[in-house]
Amino acid sequence: MKELICITCPRGCHLSVDDNLNVTGNFCPRGAMYAKAELTHPVRMVTSTVAIASISECRLPVKTKEPVPKELIFPVMDEIRKTVVKVPVKIGDVVIKNVCGSGVDVISTKEIKE
Amino acid sequence: MFDVTVIGAGIVGSLIARKLSSYQLSVAVIEKEPDVGNVTTMANSAIVHSGYDPVPGTLKAKLNALGNKMMDQVCDELDVEMKRIGSLTVALYDEQIPVLQELAERSAINGVPVKILNAEETLKLEPNLSKEVKGSLFAPTAGIVNPFTLSVHAIENAVDNGAKLFLDEKVVLINKDNGFYNIICQSGNTYQTKIVINAAGIYSDEIHKMVEPIDYFLTPRKGEYFILDHYCDDLVKHTIFPLPSEKGKGILVTPSIGGTFLVGPSAEAMASKDDVSTDKFTLDEIKRQALQMVPSIPFNQVIRTFAGSRPTPNTHDFIIRYAKCDNHFITLSGIESPGLASSPAIAEYVVNEFVSKVIDLVPNPNFNPRVKRRAHLNEMSVEERNKFIAENPDYGKIICNCEKVSLGEILFEMNTSVPPKTIKGVKKRTRAGFGKCQGGFCQPLVTKIIAEKFNIPLNQVMFQKHDSFVVRYDIKGEKK
Amino acid sequence: MINHRLVIIGGGSAGMAAAIKAYELGVRDILIIEKNAYLGGILNQCIHNGFGLHEFKEELTGPEFMTRFSKKVDELGISYALESNVLSISDDKVVTYSNAKDGLVEVKAEAIILTTGCYERNAGAIQIPGDRPSGIYTAGQAQLFANCYGYLVGKRVFILGSGDIGLIMARRMTLEGAKVLGVAELMPYSAGLNRNIVQCLKDYNIPLYLSHTVKKVTGESHLEKVTIAKVDEKMQFIEGTEIDFECDCLLLSVGLLPNVDLFNKLPLSLSKTRGAKVNQAMETEIPGIFSAGNVLHVHDLVDYVVEEAREAAVGAISYLNGELKHTGHIYDVNPGIGINYVVPQKVFLDDVKDSLSFKFRVAKPMKDINILITEGNNIIKKIFKPAIVPSEMEIVHLSKDLFKKESNEIKVYVEEKK
Repeated sequence: MKELICITCPRGCHLSVDDNLNVTGNFCPRGAMYAKAELTHPVRMVTSTVAIASISECRLPVKTKEPVPKELIFPVMDEIRKTVVKVPVKIGDVVIKNVCGSGVDVISTKEIKE
Repeated sequence: MFDVTVIGAGIVGSLIARKLSSYQLSVAVIEKEPDVGNVTTMANSAIVHSGYDPVPGTLKAKLNALGNKMMDQVCDELDVEMKRIGSLTVALYDEQIPVLQELAERSAINGVPVKILNAEETLKLEPNLSKEVKGSLFAPTAGIVNPFTLSVHAIENAVDNGAKLFLDEKVVLINKDNGFYNIICQSGNTYQTKIVINAAGIYSDEIHKMVEPIDYFLTPRKGEYFILDHYCDDLVKHTIFPLPSEKGKGILVTPSIGGTFLVGPSAEAMASKDDVSTDKFTLDEIKRQALQMVPSIPFNQVIRTFAGSRPTPNTHDFIIRYAKCDNHFITLSGIESPGLASSPAIAEYVVNEFVSKVIDLVPNPNFNPRVKRRAHLNEMSVEERNKFIAENPDYGKIICNCEKVSLGEILFEMNTSVPPKTIKGVKKRTRAGFGKCQGGFCQPLVTKIIAEKFNIPLNQVMFQKHDSFVVRYDIKGEKK
Repeated sequence: MINHRLVIIGGGSAGMAAAIKAYELGVRDILIIEKNAYLGGILNQCIHNGFGLHEFKEELTGPEFMTRFSKKVDELGISYALESNVLSISDDKVVTYSNAKDGLVEVKAEAIILTTGCYERNAGAIQIPGDRPSGIYTAGQAQLFANCYGYLVGKRVFILGSGDIGLIMARRMTLEGAKVLGVAELMPYSAGLNRNIVQCLKDYNIPLYLSHTVKKVTGESHLEKVTIAKVDEKMQFIEGTEIDFECDCLLLSVGLLPNVDLFNKLPLSLSKTRGAKVNQAMETEIPGIFSAGNVLHVHDLVDYVVEEAREAAVGAISYLNGELKHTGHIYDVNPGIGINYVVPQKVFLDDVKDSLSFKFRVAKPMKDINILITEGNNIIKKIFKPAIVPSEMEIVHLSKDLFKKESNEIKVYVEEKK
């Protein structure tokens, strides 16, 4: 039996998962999905900022377009840290393609004009 | 080679330097801190004491009463906010009434106007005082002042009139050679001077010991305070004191010149001069005592606590004299409360009674007693302010929302002869960061303004001293 | 003096949502006044994701969330003044603001909505004992420096307070290369949302010290050490429980307070939330002056902020149309046992259209309880809650016909199982 706190919404249900991946304590189906995923293949969104070539002391916020495997959080951060972008940039523009071979792009979350 | 070198740029050293700059003298001021007025001047009650309290006949009594009288002119010339709000020293028990009488007699000898009020008259002036109040001593000449701008503007005025200010210079050794003093600093720099004036405040005993053994000692006496936000206009209108004791004037409750309220100080004898930490036990005791006088103090409006250290001499009086070994070394020690109120008189006294006897004082024909005037946005009408902003757009851009400080006011300070280099320096000069959010919103903006002015990266902007960073690392994690 | 029908002070998520709603309801003469050089307020620096689940049914980052609103404001052509700080509001609704371009501007408004958000309690407000070195920041300050300016305030970090911003900054500082040594929380439970405890602390093995707070801060110039200790039920330190952390940075996440300064000189009263007292229309005690979002009471989700701002906009439009009569049956709404506060504090029942909502927070975490809403002695609503925590605001919607006009007091309280 494993105890988890559901994080899919602010409710934070306390979940119990048995060895056969049966979930109890969930308020909605997303809780069960979360618990199963968290125990088999945990993923996280990574958000951070990257440097902008032409503007100092101003950062472009970015995120992974989809959650990435939890163990890739720090490798993804290493890539983000190395990245410098040119402006203008729009929301959704790809900043790093297929980061760390995860199949997920890192994209811009803000529009910055020149 | 300087004619006169002042060690210490607190309020006393700054006003002495200003006075000296009114003569044809080469004047140096040496300060160990990165800014002026950084130690005792920065952390006190900001009160212009009337002078009823010092024992008649003492230097304190004389200089307090005189300094109080001089304060209007000094503050006018130096563009410093000052208000004579008056003080009430309150008796909470019947047996304290005779003490009020004694204080009134003392006031008469000191030449300080006071009046004894009964309970009813006292409560009429201050309805929020405890209903237990039995009477009070009203001293109408007591006031409140901005001690930060007083010290900064005093030194700025001295520099504008030719004095040289050396910051970040900690004196480690003083020797006399061929009739001149060599003041040697930790940096390795040496300042040669004919006359030394030791105005090193709480460290004045240490400076004095560099030239001769001393026959007095200073005890650092820490005072902790609360600052309350300025949203309780009618809390008290005067400075409220309890009856004084051996330890000092006790816990006061007072409006400050910025509209906030001060409650404190404690009076703790300390082992270390540098310990200005606060602790819950002491603050709770301050709270308890203050509530006895003013039961409705809204302590949920506290925006900051702080402490300062004052140099209490075992002689119970200001020590201002020549060194025993030499009349070219003038020492000021034990300038505790009412040092701020006395400071203009101390400066005159030192120059007229001591400096004048060892060097010829020829008036400086170019001396201008007035500091560059600041813009007082709040005193302007809408039309005046609009006209002013049209000509100086930076004064329209507000940087500190709590205290309504504009970019123009901050940039003005950046372009004076004693510009702030630190966040605290800006705060002292402009009040940016003094309010309820304590710089939460404006500190990043002020950091940027300083970085731009001195053309340095953000992580080289200092908070208050060397090695006191605002932001330490760039995001890549390397310390630049 | 210039005139506007509706002036909105603060162009963050609440201000923008209120403006858009007011526009949609037909008011065109709107001015938003914003102190920053951009709309969006604090969301600009909240680059993490998790915003908009209710509003957009997807998880957005702060900048993405606020851009959807700012684009809409631009599309609708709603006017706004940037880098403009409001200095005062007068009783008769003259709003005075200052900026570099126009100087002092006086705007006569027919209605005002105050959406100035909140500010963080800081070292001064919580009277942190010890020295006063640099290196002590509110979590939001550290967030701005990291996410907008690109600087880390420190590399060995301790965090006081388990509020959401503190937890989010624990993760942020870790991701950006700092070591977070721990988080201390005065209360025996966390002040933040569960998912933040999981995703920001547990994921990175950052210890959470419940019932602990800072006993002493040490550092002559910059912060050198933070000493925490355990507290008993009376919040007194327990001797011998001290733990020292050598660190160069202490972040504070010890609560948010409504940024309500502009109301301080006005003849209106504040509530327990330290925001203005409001009625069901989010209207303060001065008719035509409204308040919504974090300046009214601190929310945990921006989605609720936006919702409340729309209620205020609806209220403001009703006021402008002369539909708020402030007559008929009046209720005072009070928090009862187990409840910290309720918004609104007053209800003019005749001014309610179909339904109204009460928002409240409980005083402590509880399980298997009933929330009771009473009118006088009558229970008009009873809601079972398997679990309830102070960190999550509750909303209850009530239909107008539940109210019987038999009493003038509505109470919200908790019934715990014996």
